[in-house]
Amino acid sequence: MFEIVNARELTNNIYLMDVKAPRVAKSCEPGQFVIVIMDETGERVPLTICDYDRKAGTVTIVFQTIGASTQMMAKLKKGDSFKDFVGPLGCASELIEEDIESLKNKKILFVAGGVGTAPVYPQVKWLKEHGIDADVIVGAKTKDMLILEDEMRKAAGNLYITTDDGSYERKGMVTEVIKDLVQNQGIKYDCCIAIGPMIMMKFVCLLTKELDLPTIVSLNPIMVDGTGMCGACRVTVGDEVKFACVDGPEFDGHLVNFDEAMKRQQMYKSEEGREILKLQEGDTHHGGCGHCGGEK
Amino acid sequence: MVIVSKKVPVREQDPKVRATNFDEVCLGYSKEEAMQEAERCLNCKNPKCVSGCPVSIDIPGFIQEVKNGNIEQASKIIGEASALPAVCGRVCPQESQCEGKCIVGIKNEPVSIGKLERFVADWARENNIKPERPAKTNGHKVAVIGSGPSGLTCAGDLAKMGYEVTIFEALHEPGGVLVYGIPEFRLPKAGVVAPEIDNVKALGVEIETDVVIGKSITIDELLEEEGFEAVFIGSGAGLPMFMGIPGENANGVFSANEYLTRNNLMKAFDSKYATPIITGKKVAVVGGGNVAMDAARTALRLGAEVHVVYRRSESELPARVEEVHHAKEEGVIFDLLTNPVEILVDDNGWVKGMKCIRMELGEPDESGRRRPVEIAGSEFELELDTVIMSLGTSPNPLISSTTKGLDVNKRKCIIADETLGKTSKEGVYAGGDAVTGAATVILAMGAGRAGAKGIHEFLSSK
Ligand SMILES: Cc1cc2nc3c(=O)[nH]c(=O)nc-3n(C[C@H](O)[C@H](O)[C@H](O)COP(=O)(O)OP(=O)(O)OC[C@H]3O[C@@H](n4cnc5c(N)ncnc54)[C@H](O)[C@@H]3O)c2cc1C
Ligand SMILES: Cc1cc2nc3c(=O)[nH]c(=O)nc-3n(C[C@H](O)[C@H](O)[C@H](O)COP(=O)(O)OP(=O)(O)OC[C@H]3O[C@@H](n4cnc5c(N)ncnc54)[C@H](O)[C@@H]3O)c2cc1C
Ligand code: SF4
Ligand code: SF4
Ligand code: FES
Ligand SMILES: [Mg+2]
Repeated sequence: MFEIVNARELTNNIYLMDVKAPRVAKSCEPGQFVIVIMDETGERVPLTICDYDRKAGTVTIVFQTIGASTQMMAKLKKGDSFKDFVGPLGCASELIEEDIESLKNKKILFVAGGVGTAPVYPQVKWLKEHGIDADVIVGAKTKDMLILEDEMRKAAGNLYITTDDGSYERKGMVTEVIKDLVQNQGIKYDCCIAIGPMIMMKFVCLLTKELDLPTIVSLNPIMVDGTGMCGACRVTVGDEVKFACVDGPEFDGHLVNFDEAMKRQQMYKSEEGREILKLQEGDTHHGGCGHCGGEK
Repeated sequence: MVIVSKKVPVREQDPKVRATNFDEVCLGYSKEEAMQEAERCLNCKNPKCVSGCPVSIDIPGFIQEVKNGNIEQASKIIGEASALPAVCGRVCPQESQCEGKCIVGIKNEPVSIGKLERFVADWARENNIKPERPAKTNGHKVAVIGSGPSGLTCAGDLAKMGYEVTIFEALHEPGGVLVYGIPEFRLPKAGVVAPEIDNVKALGVEIETDVVIGKSITIDELLEEEGFEAVFIGSGAGLPMFMGIPGENANGVFSANEYLTRNNLMKAFDSKYATPIITGKKVAVVGGGNVAMDAARTALRLGAEVHVVYRRSESELPARVEEVHHAKEEGVIFDLLTNPVEILVDDNGWVKGMKCIRMELGEPDESGRRRPVEIAGSEFELELDTVIMSLGTSPNPLISSTTKGLDVNKRKCIIADETLGKTSKEGVYAGGDAVTGAATVILAMGAGRAGAKGIHEFLSSK
């Protein structure tokens, strides 16, 4: 069992938890992820490592409630435990593998969308700790959906916040901010790291390709084991099929087939709908979904 | 002495009924039936059957005890050679191993060694016969990676010799393929696999799940920082292969590993579990091995019409004869001498069919099997909504790529010696599918046993 030593709601439907997992905390690096299982009947839910404390042996996760599993996870409190918490999985972010001195000469731009702010944060923080200030664009639907603002302000060089509805700071999409910085202000970035919803990463990549700005994205396809055993997470990168859980999750965004990846992400939509129904109806769920056999 | 020509038949669930449930197909012998079948064994002086068993169980020895009704004694005899008899009795390809060599089998049906072994193991479990924990450990720590049959056997053997053994398992349940791959209807998890794993734990073996060696911790760290003096790698061959044909990434195309893992390990068939699975109305399973049969029979039980698409003919099917027979009885359709060339995809990215080509058998290839060749112009389309690729697996490079000085061959299999499991790295031993590529439960167990012997020799000579 993996104890939750701290749990709080960051904002509407986005939760942060520090989980005691000494083996993961000891060996994880920015860019990697974990898989958690809530209880005996739970599914394997992949989540990016958002922070870690090697001394305390804890790992921080941030998740948004979307379906049945994340909604149940949101009910967990400090002192509760996850049945399983396995990791670190995937490869560490390429940035941290690079030579520090050469990194110092680079101008780096992060683009974070929604809950994607959480996985961007440890990378920005890591750079800060190594004396590198990176620029960060954070996009959120509305002011209420913005997370980790204070933390990011401390770690980032310049922080640009934009909201879809204009309820806070700039108004508009992250791509507009990129255009503004690169085309209007003439800032020359050497690389861009974009993490957020698949659709945001797709449009960022379309733009940065035009701008000739190399871009890394972190993909979140459907996963099961997270160790290379099932192939559920396969994505097409260039003309190769990769398993995101072991070859990624970070890839060259200009080579990723986003349309295929987005279709694959929807694979279990109707199945997930049924799970939500089951969760909402609780003990009163007696079939009708044509799936569980409850009507027999 | 007159030998009854046929085996005592074993009771099975009716094919029509079992095609709709996940309960075990084969119901096994009763004590009377087992004793009657045991009568058919000639108690050979030079028993050929034993040479066909990779762990050399004293087959005539245990069968004589069954004949006399001494089941507890029979279980002790089997226990000397095998740590997972209830599993092997169910899933060993007996027709090509022990039973394939049985002398009775020359003129008649061979003695039903597998079913007898299964009976004895089940009886022992039901009567709570447990292995004894060694009185005292010798203070030496050994790490075992992977909790499949090779790891469990190696750990069990070492614990019996007094070692303090910890098994590290990447998944959340121990058992390897026995838990995530082979379905419930062939090998019940709670009823059969879990108790056999408990027997290994009863010997004092610790199992730490959720640890991915190479990620959570490396082999070098286990040796240098955590005080382990030797390591056995039994990490299996879990990496699924795909065909590389167009459309293979469409929604509705799965590896057999994914399909089976969702259903077996993650219990998608049971509505209490949160795991989703695509049930499909018409499913093609590509391949002809045990894994393909398991995927096909699973899809069938989830309610689909299932076609096994295999490029050679029936006699080349690599699956166990019994599995093919069961699959046919249950209604799986075999499209033989057929090879997929493209998966057809609809506008929403979902599978709508598969373009295949007919094959014929040509000259034998290196494996001695006749090579399938395409018949020009024979393409046709199968209408489908789900495709399960079951083309084989290879070892995962996660461990070999993170361990200094561990040599692998070009198929990424760890190079290890057969008798002692010794690898190119001092103190590191390996066996099972990680070394041989996908093989069988009993060969993995044999390799686990060899590894335990190798580690014992290594540590006693230090
Ligand atoms: C490497 C990786 C890192 C991730 N990091 C984060 C993170 O830091 N924070 C966060 O909120 N979310 C993250 N996700 C996504 C998160 O795993 C899903 O939101 C979660 O599994 C949804 O489960 P559910 O049952 O609540 O929703 P469901 O209703 O089951 O699914 C909603 C959507 O989530 C996705 N999803 C469902 N099951 C899985 C699965 N097993 N694997 C991947 N995606 C799935 C699908 O797109 C699906 O349509 C990450 C995913 C991956 C692969
Ligand atoms: C669907 C299916 C059906 C089969 N049917 C039969 C049959 O009927 N009869 C038969 O004899 N054989 C059958 N086999 C083959 C047989 O199951 C295998 O040969 C056997 O399980 C191999 O045992 P193993 O111990 O080498 O590896 P596995 O059983 O594969 O176990 C390896 C374990 O190591 C773990 N692991 C891997 N990497 C790491 C890591 N880095 N860190 C920690 N843990 C790790 C895995 O999660 C797994 O639990 C079947 C296989 C499959 C897939
Ligand atoms: S372990 Fe397998 S091969 Fe050996 S006797 Fe038993 S069934 Fe036969
Ligand atoms: S070969 Fe057949 S008859 Fe002879 S001992 Fe073995 S099982 Fe019995
Ligand atoms: S999640 Fe199974 S291979 Fe990547
Ligand atoms: Mg879900």
